[in-house]
Amino acid sequence: MNLRPDPTFHASPKLAMQAPVENYAFTVMLSPDGSESDGIAVVDLNQKSDTYGEIVHTVIVPNKGDEFHHFGWNACSSSLSPLTGHAFLERRYLIVPGIRSSRIYVIDAKEPLEAKIHKIIEPEEIFEKTGYSRPHTIHCGPEGIYVSTLGGGGPDGTDGPPGIFIMDCESFEVIGRYEMDRGPQDKHYDFWWNLPQDYMVSSEWGLPPQFENGIVPEDLLSNKYGHSIHFWNLRGRKNIQTIDLGENHQMALEIRPAHDPTKSYGFCGVVVDTTNLQGAIFTWWRDDDGKWQAKKTITIDPRPEKAENLPPLLQGFEAVPPLVTDIDLSLDDKYLYVACWGQGEMHQYDVSDPMNPVLTGKVEVGGIAKGAAHPNGKPFAYGPQMVEISRDGKRVYWTNSLYSTWDDQFYPDDEGGQMVMARVGENGGLELDPDFYVDFPKGYRSHQIRLEGGDCSTDSFCYPSV
Amino acid sequence: MAALWWAVIFSGVYHGINPGMGWPLAVSAALMERKHSALPKALALLALGHFLSMTAILLPFSLMVFLVDWQVQIRVAAGLIVIAMGIYLLINRQHPKILARVHPARLALWSFLAALAHGAGLMLVPIFLGICAVGTSETGHVAAQTLMGSNLMIAFTVAAVHTLSMTLAGGVIATIIYQWLGLKFLSKTWFNLDLVWALSLIGVGAFGIYSVYLGH
Repeated sequence: MNLRPDPTFHASPKLAMQAPVENYAFTVMLSPDGSESDGIAVVDLNQKSDTYGEIVHTVIVPNKGDEFHHFGWNACSSSLSPLTGHAFLERRYLIVPGIRSSRIYVIDAKEPLEAKIHKIIEPEEIFEKTGYSRPHTIHCGPEGIYVSTLGGGGPDGTDGPPGIFIMDCESFEVIGRYEMDRGPQDKHYDFWWNLPQDYMVSSEWGLPPQFENGIVPEDLLSNKYGHSIHFWNLRGRKNIQTIDLGENHQMALEIRPAHDPTKSYGFCGVVVDTTNLQGAIFTWWRDDDGKWQAKKTITIDPRPEKAENLPPLLQGFEAVPPLVTDIDLSLDDKYLYVACWGQGEMHQYDVSDPMNPVLTGKVEVGGIAKGAAHPNGKPFAYGPQMVEISRDGKRVYWTNSLYSTWDDQFYPDDEGGQMVMARVGENGGLELDPDFYVDFPKGYRSHQIRLEGGDCSTDSFCYPSV
Repeated sequence: MAALWWAVIFSGVYHGINPGMGWPLAVSAALMERKHSALPKALALLALGHFLSMTAILLPFSLMVFLVDWQVQIRVAAGLIVIAMGIYLLINRQHPKILARVHPARLALWSFLAALAHGAGLMLVPIFLGICAVGTSETGHVAAQTLMGSNLMIAFTVAAVHTLSMTLAGGVIATIIYQWLGLKFLSKTWFNLDLVWALSLIGVGAFGIYSVYLGH
């Protein structure tokens, strides 16, 4: 406990943008076949440092086969909430779930170069106390640390619906389930919220048998992956509305609410439209009557391609779908970054008018049947995937792996983990920095990135930018 | 006597500057609603909740004057309760989870529960009983009913004076941050009072017991 609030807690998104820039990134190291232990790589982001752009420390866990994916902080700017203020927590621990093992590691990252495991929560504790499995997204909120899960009980995670559970933000004790009334929600993926307005939004990927051993084409073509988003009374723990985006909009993944808490809108990325292979972004908002609405505001077309250049999975379609697998919104709510993992593109949209996004920048690197090299001439495996924006909005980092078994289906010939960075122009635009290219150790792929001191997909703010 | 009333005012200021009693909510209300008038409105709701929380604690004690003969024991017991609350808060440094379930718009309820959970009302009990005791010794022996009436009045006055000074103190900080300093100072003026707060409860409780034997 500090006597003063952690200096990385910011009252508003604007104050976070003005804060000192990031010096380190924490990035997932994934052993795709489970032959090695997964870990967290600490990457030096200080341009004045001799080891800029290098992995300067790694935390390798003792178990194998955890499958690291997403992770988050024990505390963020939400600790300055005027209602549940816990301002003297430290942003110190990374909560890193294994989505295959259901084990959670708590990593002490107070000294990034000496980051180490602080606590391990074994899968049995999670199964026993929550009935959920396969923990995924981490956010710190009013009642502690909220963890979304992808699976319910039983060996294949289909015994009961997945949901969210809560952990104590100091002892990391698993407290129990979040939901009191889940309504029709029966799948899960991402969630985020607006704390002062007291709402939460959650999304759907699919149940564990639909992703653990690879994408199931029959399920995709019969529209059996998730295609709804759910709106919740956050503190009431109650599902208040479910919007079906249409069953052809398969896999509604990342939820990105506007950071400014006076705004009542946000975005959700949809991986693929099964009627035309488009990728899509929906804008969701609360209308004047208090009802939630959602509308498709961005579509990205597939690219025609000869069958012989395609992986077996896509040969029948003779096209490369964009596969919108991650999106991220800058802290000023101005730019939305959209990863097109299939086509090997990172798009930048000006979403100042959230109902009318405008494409303002694009970078090509990697991609199915394209494999565009990085500007430094080195290869980029797979396509742009997990994206993270610096607090000031000037640098955009991303990695390349989607999910172990899915990488192998869409990119059977690729292997490797890379993390790259693009710089944002004064008036938009996006350009890869040739000097920043992190090649992960052999046998490892990379996934989510967290920036020291917070980034654009962790912190929840309780006061508006004025 | 005057010293005890000053203690009531001082405790109000002390509660007022503690962000845990709600002044950041007044700042956020004005910013979220984008109008100045939301700030005093939020302060008024917070004051209402705090006042109710104070009276909820003080009233039972003011009714206990029926037990005139047990006054010393009551004051000692009250002091011990306050000390116990302080020790509890010292050991249990977790924030009360119940507050996390309150809807952000229900400021009066939030303020009531926050004051209750932090033992804000208890902090006033020894001071209040001190004032009552001085009153009794000044007026000599009177009928229990009259005594109860006057003690009730004192309870309400103590709660009102305390809440008023709390609201003024919190209101001044909230207004300065909202009007002039900006949100950056929100985290700069936010000090961890948890330890000091728990120690204050122990101190006030000890004072209550001490004053019984001092003959106040």
